[in-house]
Amino acid sequence: MNLVNTPPQTGGFVPRDRDWQPDALTPWYKTSVKRSPQAALLSFPTTLSEETSPVFGHGLLGKLDNDLILNYAKPGESAIGPRIIVHGRVLDEMGRGVPGALVEFWQANAGGRYRHKKESYQAALDPNFGGCGRTITGPDGSYEFRTVQPGPYPWPNGMNDWRPAHIHFSIFGHGFAQRLITQMYFEGDPHIALCPIVGVLKSQEAIDALTAPLDMHRTVPMDSRAFKFDIVLRGQRQTYFENRKEGM
Amino acid sequence: MVQKLDNLRESPSQTAGPYVHIGCTPNFTGIDIYGGDLGTSMKTGPVKGPEITITGIVYDGTGTPLRDAMIEIWQPDAAGLFPSANETRGTADPNFTGWGRSPGDMDTGEFRFETVKPGAVPWPDGQMQAPHITAWVVARGINIGLHTRIYFEDEAEVNSTDPILNRIEHQNRIPTLLAKKTGDGEYRFDIHLQGPHETIFFDI
Repeated sequence: MNLVNTPPQTGGFVPRDRDWQPDALTPWYKTSVKRSPQAALLSFPTTLSEETSPVFGHGLLGKLDNDLILNYAKPGESAIGPRIIVHGRVLDEMGRGVPGALVEFWQANAGGRYRHKKESYQAALDPNFGGCGRTITGPDGSYEFRTVQPGPYPWPNGMNDWRPAHIHFSIFGHGFAQRLITQMYFEGDPHIALCPIVGVLKSQEAIDALTAPLDMHRTVPMDSRAFKFDIVLRGQRQTYFENRKEGM
Repeated sequence: MVQKLDNLRESPSQTAGPYVHIGCTPNFTGIDIYGGDLGTSMKTGPVKGPEITITGIVYDGTGTPLRDAMIEIWQPDAAGLFPSANETRGTADPNFTGWGRSPGDMDTGEFRFETVKPGAVPWPDGQMQAPHITAWVVARGINIGLHTRIYFEDEAEVNSTDPILNRIEHQNRIPTLLAKKTGDGEYRFDIHLQGPHETIFFDI
């Protein structure tokens, strides 16, 4: 519900900072070479097509959707690995929480193995771990889920490249302009500095923005450690003075 | 020192990687925990307006189809209204979700959306844009999701006055944004990430 004197969120979205976001062509991440557009992107202000977004209701969610330790496990069993809680908030660039945002996540198991037919790493599959989950943010933009900490794994790029332990995130905001897919890394992982995919990020600040610290405050004693991961989506201008006629 | 702006920076994008389907279309990969994948069907009942099918393939710079991409589309209903919480101009067709997601065919990479022909929506100054669908492509090797639009080849008259299509300097690239009619209610929209037919991608 809107508070009195709160203007409607009808403004356009703040332009994406392309000097901060990774470039399409990053030759050391080899797959990008033939999958990167070479022409300049066409820039224009957001319209209704980008300022609207699909609605995902809480009714969509199953009880265990945000519990990767149990959501693929046989009854009475659970996934193997270091038990962790991942929590944080989805915010916009103005620092406002983004409520009702669908957040999807996927990851390798504790041994670094994905449940996928194209996966070739010899680490064992865990019969009780599927590797995906989802949730919808609360009124303040907060979310949490429980999982096992994924393992690092080797991948074919250079002769001996390993991904740091990571969790993939897909996020919907209130406008399709905010659509984002990213990855979360874990504080202290020595593979972060070595990874060609992390290496597409343009600054240490950008790497830090995707690195989740251990959060002892949210750790459950004798049960699970916790990591905090906030996600920032593009901001929407909020003003009574939006002049749509001249404002493009 | 002036005051500090306390804006945050958008989270940096990272590639969706080779296993995006595990997270976004798990059923497709054989992980059946949600009882179906989101975005598979854009219709929840009888819909208003002409129903259409859009198929296509995402090609890399060598002309090889991507078989590990995920394509999403977002569009208004046939009357030009979005099934969105922040649609203020009216109420969209309740049987239409406006949003589709496709992992592409496992062998050919071909994506397919069964949807309705979108109605026109206004540009910020009030003039109408040509009917279009927003498309978004992610995959291994794509560092930040690629945003484009699907316009319709058989809407030549409104396309000719569309504010975005008119803004494009290289008019010979406009066909990369046009879905081609291949049959009754059937359209083809291939996406080329690179090369002589590179699709126009948007910074929006």
